[in-house]
Amino acid sequence: MNKYMCKYFIIFVLPTLTAFLLSFLIPFILGVLLSFTEFTSIIDAKWVGINNYVEAFSNREFVNALKFTVKIAIVTVITVNFFALVLALLLTRQLKGRNIFRAIFFMPNLIGGIVLGYVWQLIINGVLYKFGVTLSYKPEYGFWGLVLLMNWQMIGYMMVIYIAAIQNIPNTLIEAAEIDGANWFQILTNIKLPTITPSITICLFLTMSNAFKNFDSNLALTAGAPSRKTAMLALDIYNTFYNTLNGEGVGQAKAVVFFIIVSAIAFLQLKLTRRKEVDSL
Amino acid sequence: MKKNNINILLFIFLFILSALYLSPILIVLLNSFKGKLYISEQPFALLNEENFYGIKNYTVGLAKTGFFNAAFLSFFITVLSVGLIVLCTSMTGWFIMRVRNRINSLLYYMFVFSMIVPFQMVMYTMTKIANMVSLDNPVGIAVIYLGFGAGQSVFLFSGFVKSIPMELEEAALIDGCNPIQTFFKVVFPVLKPITITVSILNAMWIWNDYLLPYLVIGTEYKTIPIAIQYLKTGYGGIDMGAMMAMLVLAIIPIVVFYLICQKYIIQGVIAGAVKG
Repeated sequence: MNKYMCKYFIIFVLPTLTAFLLSFLIPFILGVLLSFTEFTSIIDAKWVGINNYVEAFSNREFVNALKFTVKIAIVTVITVNFFALVLALLLTRQLKGRNIFRAIFFMPNLIGGIVLGYVWQLIINGVLYKFGVTLSYKPEYGFWGLVLLMNWQMIGYMMVIYIAAIQNIPNTLIEAAEIDGANWFQILTNIKLPTITPSITICLFLTMSNAFKNFDSNLALTAGAPSRKTAMLALDIYNTFYNTLNGEGVGQAKAVVFFIIVSAIAFLQLKLTRRKEVDSL
Repeated sequence: MKKNNINILLFIFLFILSALYLSPILIVLLNSFKGKLYISEQPFALLNEENFYGIKNYTVGLAKTGFFNAAFLSFFITVLSVGLIVLCTSMTGWFIMRVRNRINSLLYYMFVFSMIVPFQMVMYTMTKIANMVSLDNPVGIAVIYLGFGAGQSVFLFSGFVKSIPMELEEAALIDGCNPIQTFFKVVFPVLKPITITVSILNAMWIWNDYLLPYLVIGTEYKTIPIAIQYLKTGYGGIDMGAMMAMLVLAIIPIVVFYLICQKYIIQGVIAGAVKG
């Protein structure tokens, strides 16, 4: 880099880069290193090799959180995308008030996880009250509560993406099929679904990654009750760090495992959608 | 005729479904006017003389949470952070796309990489560093948001810059503008669509964010999500009345914002999802 460019590098890139180093890159590298140590603050770390990882995987709460998160992710990926696709197909027909319907279904997505959690706590506990129990009575209640909440939160979002994709299908394709005498089901399975496959892939991964990373609504809705059985991965890592004595090392190791899982999902998506933007520079 | 009938049935079905979809929020609104005991026992009952509690839930909730302070702080942090993110990352995004060299390529890949790292990975170490360099205050937290938002925002800006022709910028440079003038007078106005997308995506994230501000400034300052969570943990038993009232107050600004910028929000979400 010559002197001229160097000067402008300082003005254009350095502010962003400084913030990026301080709040992301240095913490990230430190985090990886600290996961192999025992520590209570950054400076008193003692090297312990892979002990933290061994401890993390022999920790029943972590294994349980892992299973619980995978189960939630599978169920929400299927339900959210099914309902979102059905709504998108209905709301791309010529229909009175379809813009208002779209707006209503999308709205919950803007509300933060903490608020969503307490809204659904009221509704679910209100229903369960008739049976004399609450959300924290059985882990299954928390599981289906979270599934319901995440459906409510994400269906509208995915619907909007599907609508955009369906509207991009050239009209001539569908008209030609209609002239050839195709019924709506044939148009759906032979034209609409195949043309929007890229969007379906994006939405499946987006839902999965959102489900894996969920923290706020998990904390507000169940906070892990009963006895941390409904804690998802992010909440379990938080609990290990801040609500466990000397939990920092193990917490950091769990966080690295969490990071590996989430990035594996992201790389798989990259492979499948082959996004050109990322590879172009 | 047959098609018309289907559309009427469909309309009725969607009408009922969207009413159901909105009902959780309406039920919270309804309960915010009920006495505490009635909320947990009869959340679905309509208001009547017996359970009506006036606006007392609101006054109690406001006193317990300091909600207006929290709302002001949330607003302050969101506006400051989004402003900083838009300013810094648009400059960075343009620069690393126009000046191609190894350092800029490496930076680009690091920004893209940061988009997939979950917050829990850096939660503990970032909090400690923010504390060490005194970023643990409502102004400093904007720098942290800049560092975290940089990945997606630089990515979106660079992607957009790639699609605009270089002739304009070259003309400006030949006319004697330096790169700073070129950027602000020529490039930045052209970036408007992606600036709106970046602003909306970051505003939605920062406004609703709970864990980052809780860990970094939560002991002294409360944003709206922190204030609401505090209602549960801060006072032993949870006061359902105050909770309902505060949930209503937390949802109102979002609905207003949505009604005003609906078009931009939906465009932003699509752009962010497909490219991010």
